[in-house]
Order: sequence, then structure tokens, then C-alpha cells
Amino acid sequence: MPRHHRYLAPLAAVGLVLTSCGSDDLAIPTSGSDVAGDVTVFAAASLTAAFTEIGAVFEAEYPEAAVVLNFAGSSDLVAQILQSAPADVFASADTSNMDRLVSASGHATEPSMFATNVAEIIVQPGNPLGITGVVDLANDDLIVVQCAPEVPCGRYAAEIYANAGVAVIPKSYEENVNAVVTKVRLGEADAGIVYATDVIGAGDAAQGVAIPADANVIAEYPIAAVADAANLVGAQAFVDFVLAAESQSILAAHGFRTP
Amino acid sequence: MSKRRGGGESLPVPVLALAVVAIAFFALPLIGLLWRAPWSNAWTYLTDDDALTALRLSMVCSLWATGLSVVFGVPLAWLLARGTFPGREAVRALCTLSMVLPPVVGGVALFFALGRRGIVGQYLDQWFGITLPFTTAGVVVAQTFVAMPFLVITVEAALRQLDTRFEDAARTLGASRWYIFRRVTLPSIRPALGAGAVLAWARALGEFGATITFAGNFPGTTQTMPLAVYLSLETNPEEAIVLSLLLIVISFGVLVGLRGRWMGRAEANMATVVP
Repeated sequence: MPRHHRYLAPLAAVGLVLTSCGSDDLAIPTSGSDVAGDVTVFAAASLTAAFTEIGAVFEAEYPEAAVVLNFAGSSDLVAQILQSAPADVFASADTSNMDRLVSASGHATEPSMFATNVAEIIVQPGNPLGITGVVDLANDDLIVVQCAPEVPCGRYAAEIYANAGVAVIPKSYEENVNAVVTKVRLGEADAGIVYATDVIGAGDAAQGVAIPADANVIAEYPIAAVADAANLVGAQAFVDFVLAAESQSILAAHGFRTP
Repeated sequence: MSKRRGGGESLPVPVLALAVVAIAFFALPLIGLLWRAPWSNAWTYLTDDDALTALRLSMVCSLWATGLSVVFGVPLAWLLARGTFPGREAVRALCTLSMVLPPVVGGVALFFALGRRGIVGQYLDQWFGITLPFTTAGVVVAQTFVAMPFLVITVEAALRQLDTRFEDAARTLGASRWYIFRRVTLPSIRPALGAGAVLAWARALGEFGATITFAGNFPGTTQTMPLAVYLSLETNPEEAIVLSLLLIVISFGVLVGLRGRWMGRAEANMATVVP
């Protein structure tokens, strides 16, 4: 029922505008009234907390619209969209996956960078082993876990080791960044390379050790309306909303930086 | 005699139709894999060192897991089938819980039990210096955890259906309990034991979630075939398809081969034991 209402309400509004045309119009505010219906957003897993919040604020701004969020690894999301999953907006955790989508199916709006993320070393609360930097991870007695080279956070880890000039042999190559966080949170791993946003997300269960800028990498997050978006107006509005100040401050609160 | 009954014509048409749908349901995804497989590059992927390492590890670990499942699972099945103690139903539910538990949750639960902060694991670490996470032994533990219930329920069902008169007869003839278990009970449940072991092995071979959670993923130590397949899916779906097919071919061969040979012979034995 509420689903139907969402669609019917704007139609009714349009009807009202049309029927009232010529007489005393302007009774209905037209700004934003065309942003309605489901806006389906496919977003990288690292955006889960931030985009859930942004989605709620967006819905408050556009009461006729409902944001449907789908979080997964960026490459999984591209695969889903290319297999014709119904997406209106795609927010990627790296430029290469956005490029893959755009080159395969085009885009409705030019991708815009809306956030960046840096890597950090995640350690146990209180940092009991006194890890101060990437060099310490080369210690063979430490249980270090990192993402597999097949996923972006694993590529970044390799770049960071190369930048710092250390050879780190982890105990495990995890399938995604959440698995790295989980193993450190549970105390089974001593350290791992994750995103700064993951450390904030872990709260008191873990803490971060910053990686100096000269050794660090910067992950860029692009967002775009998808080529065959069913709700193009809603998609465009959501993209604009993410780039606006209110969303940017939400992203900052979750540890993202401005591009 | 009854097992020789059959032939399609004796089945009611609706039953046959549903069975054909079921066959198609299992066959189509496999055909899909064969259809999409990059046949021209297949050999390159199959002879890749990492793939062979993962395959070897998968074989070794799944056989260990099967062995442990038999060693501990048969006594457990016997206890559940024959034992009379309060809370038996609860114990049975407990021991088959890992079948319904999402494997990743199973992996986390294993951390709580056997990890270096776990209930038992912390003492294994402190007293003996044994740590299971991120080791090949950890893979075996994770696989056994999810695979053993398949053996237990199969063997338990067989023990329940077993005609106890042979055991009674042996007892009246003065055989010891251990002798009866070895020479009368075990041979009579051999088909079920075989089926249960194959089921447990197949489950262990395909195990993914508990393994990658508890044992992690490191080539040569803990990266089994399913883990290698999953990760190559990220970057090289072609390789993932070829490796999946390899895993399927091996499992298929073992399932068909063992069923025909081992269990067929066991059924023949049954026929001679129970005329």
C-alpha cells in the first residue's frame, strides 16, 4: 500500500496542477515535487553507514521519494548492474569500477568525485603491541591480515608496503575489508590494513594507526546516475544531494574526506 | 529383490514430470558453467601452480575432515541412536546445529571456542603454543565442524532401523560389546556409513564460509579450492569457471564411483548377511 501511494501521490499532484491550470495555481509547491518514487542506490560496502544516514535525510527532504539502498563490493555491484539489476545511482569505492561500468553501459550523468578515503593500520584497542607504522607490520611474530590482491583494499595494501619499502607477509588474504576488521575486533589478528572509515566504524573495539601521507594511498569515490535509470529525476536529485554540504558533513563524520 | 523394481514406465506420470524438473534444476546451472567456460584457455588455468596448490590442499583437508567425522561421528551416532539419557533430543539438535548455522557464523563461533581468545583456544595457546586460526589444521577443524553432522544423521538413521536381533544373538553367544560393535553393528551399517562419509566429504570439499572466517586465506596453507574460486571471481571470472568445473568433475567422479563400487558391494554383503 505505501508503495502505491508513493507513486499515486505525485500523479495526483500533477493532475491537480493540470486541472487547476489557468485558475488559481501556485497552490502546490512545485520545487522537488517531481522527485518521487523509489530511488535505487547501489553503493560500495564502505559507504553503508554514511549512505544509510544520507538516505534518511534525503527522504526527509523529498517525502515523495524512497531511497532503496544496496550495498556490496564495488565490483559485485558493477556485475549486478551489467546483469540488468535495477539501479538508478551507482557510488563506487574506486574509479576503476566506475570506469568499467561507464565503458560498458554509458552513464546518465558524468561521474563526480564525492569523497576520498585513506588507508590506516587497524590494531587492538589501546594498541598493546605498540605498533607505530607500516614498518612494524614486517615483524613475523605479528598476526597481520589484509585484503586479497583481487580486491581494492588489497591492492592499496601492496602499494603502501611498496611505498614504505617493507615486505609484509600476512597470515591471511581476506576476501573483503570487513573480514579484516572482524578478525582484529575479535582479537585473532594483531593488525591489518583497512580504510580510515572502517576504524571509525569499529568504535571502541579497535583503534587506528595513521599511515603518513607519503606512503599512503587515496581512494577516490565517484558517483553517477546509471545509464538506464528507471527514476532519472530521483537519481539526479540523489547525486546532487550527496555532493551538497549536508551529505558532505555526514560523510566527514564517518571518516571520509572531501575530494 | 525390491531394489530391482523400477523402470520409468512403472512411475506415475506426474511423479516422473516433477522428477524431470528436479533433474533440470540441477543440470541447468552446470550446463550454464559448461556453456560459459573458456575452453581455449582451460588448460592454462588448470595447470596454474596456485590452482594445483589449492586443489591439493582441498583434497588433503577434506579427507582429514572426513576421517575425523567418521572417528568421532560414528560413536556419536551410536550414542544418539542407542543411548538413553535425559536431553538426548537436545544433544542431537546441538550436534546438527552447524548444518543450519550460516557458515560464516560458524567460523566466528569457532573463534570464540578455539581462537586465541577462545574458551579453550586461549589455553591451547598458553599451555601448548597451539593456535588453530590461520593454519591448515584450522581448515580441517572448520570443515569437520560443518561436515560431521551429515555423517551423524545418516549413520544414526541406519542404526535406528537396524534389526537388533543379530546383536542380541551375538550377545547370547557370549560376544563382548566391543566385539559386537565391530563385527555385527558396523558391518550392517556399512552402506549408511559409506553414504554418510561421502556426504561429509562432499560438504567439506565445498566448504567456504567457516574456512575463510576461521582459517583465513593464504595460498598453500589455508586457501582451498572454493576460496581460490571465489577470489578469482573478482578479477578473472574465466579462471573461476574453469576451477569450479574441475572441482565439480572431481566430486562427480568420486560420488558416482564410490556409490557404484563401495556401496554396491556393501549392499551385496547385506544380501548375504541378511538372506
